[in-house]
Amino acid sequence: MLGMHGNYGPNVLTNECDVLIAIGMRFDDRVTGRLDKYARQAKVIHLDIDPAEIDKNVIADIPVWGDCKETLPILTNLVEQKVYPQWLQKFKDYQQKEEEKVIYDELNPTGEVLTMGEVIRVLNELTEGNAVIVTDVGQHQMVACRYAKYNQTKSNITSGGLGTMGFALPAAIGAAYGDPSRTTVAVIGDGGFQMTLQELGTIMQFKPNVKIIILNNQFLGMVRQWQQLFNEKRYSFVDIQSPDFVQVAKGFGIPGKSICKREDLKTSLKEMLESKESFLLEVMVGKENNVFPMVPQGRGVAEIVLSKEEI
Amino acid sequence: MNKQEFTITVYTENQVGLLNRIAIIFSRRKINIESLNTSPTEVDSVHRFTIVINEIEEVVKKLCRQIEKQVEVLKAYYNTEEEIVWQELALYKVSTDAIAEKVKVERLLREYGARAVAIRKDYTVFETTGHREETDNLIKALEPYGLIEFVRSARVAIIKASNSFHDRLKEFEKKEPGEEVIENEYLDKNEEVFTM
Repeated sequence: MLGMHGNYGPNVLTNECDVLIAIGMRFDDRVTGRLDKYARQAKVIHLDIDPAEIDKNVIADIPVWGDCKETLPILTNLVEQKVYPQWLQKFKDYQQKEEEKVIYDELNPTGEVLTMGEVIRVLNELTEGNAVIVTDVGQHQMVACRYAKYNQTKSNITSGGLGTMGFALPAAIGAAYGDPSRTTVAVIGDGGFQMTLQELGTIMQFKPNVKIIILNNQFLGMVRQWQQLFNEKRYSFVDIQSPDFVQVAKGFGIPGKSICKREDLKTSLKEMLESKESFLLEVMVGKENNVFPMVPQGRGVAEIVLSKEEI
Repeated sequence: MNKQEFTITVYTENQVGLLNRIAIIFSRRKINIESLNTSPTEVDSVHRFTIVINEIEEVVKKLCRQIEKQVEVLKAYYNTEEEIVWQELALYKVSTDAIAEKVKVERLLREYGARAVAIRKDYTVFETTGHREETDNLIKALEPYGLIEFVRSARVAIIKASNSFHDRLKEFEKKEPGEEVIENEYLDKNEEVFTM
């Protein structure tokens, strides 16, 4: 996966490839980092339905304007399938490095506090990758999009590049109506939840089945991370106090639970998923944990770092 | 890359509020609009905007693509000065005494081909049409003789190489004629509309 908090390999190897094929993507600034250090050496083939996006951020050597469903087959019919094991091995090596330095500790922490990655990992085990996961905006969004398992399309609902806090709860209600046969899980942060928590009223009145997980780190996590890494920890208006979410949900007639210990995690998630009606689970997670890897602000994609020491 | 003068011609349908939406595309990027003109075209229900700005070509190219994204916009073209035929109108108000007394003023106005539009006891209003340099020169020349007021109109321009698009426009209009603009039909019926 590409992007500011994407995987190590794809970001570094973007600046080593010969051909970059972009299908239905707009070269968002989170993906490219510094534009003058993005894939300068590669020939770019850009397929997109919106002519205004072609040549907007990255000059395409071969622009292809049209619906990718129709234009891509035209291209693939002209090429033979070949395999380049050495190139693919590079990705595997970077993936290995990322596993060791970042992923393993995020998903299997040894400290007392829970991490966001750990919650997602246990969620994966219980849903087996079949649930619809709706995320809000912030650190939990990065963690959920990186680590959640998705077995089919239309499983990851997120505001993506639009970064709309407060998106998750109403979107999860919509997702529950969109496909009532699947489990809908909304993963929300303590900041974003407060922005649209009145939608609990919609859940109370119309009773869709929505599972809500609030990953509460008592901070506006993503902003706090930037202030820690780039502003020498001069925290400004990022620590937030939240109400007792379980009480709030109770007021809306929605059952809920709040946990902070590892031994309660699996049982509470199970209780949430098996409940026949909506359920709110608040999980207290590490307060000053950071999301890595990260392409620091104003740097090229190849300068992605795996820990705060490398910045 | 340096900034040049570009004239953007936008062909649109006639829709209330479209001018605002197009102007916002410029103001979002903090681009100063030097002149803006709206006019009907030879094709019924197709209108054109002529916008002049001072920017580098890259920016103008991307601007035109964003303008074309608007639903009512049919096409947006951008051209430099050499690729268009254009005129601007200017009105000058001079005190009649200055013209009556000084032969120089009269000669100046004759030189620039200015036509008198309104002659009164205390002031006279002249008009010239032409390019900006000519207009600017005349202002400078008239200033010592007491130029009271001056106003310049927006640029109207025709692209030199524009045949094929107009044929296509006429065809489209024949096949799917544009709809009449519906003004606010309840504007005069205040009492009949329910309000709290």
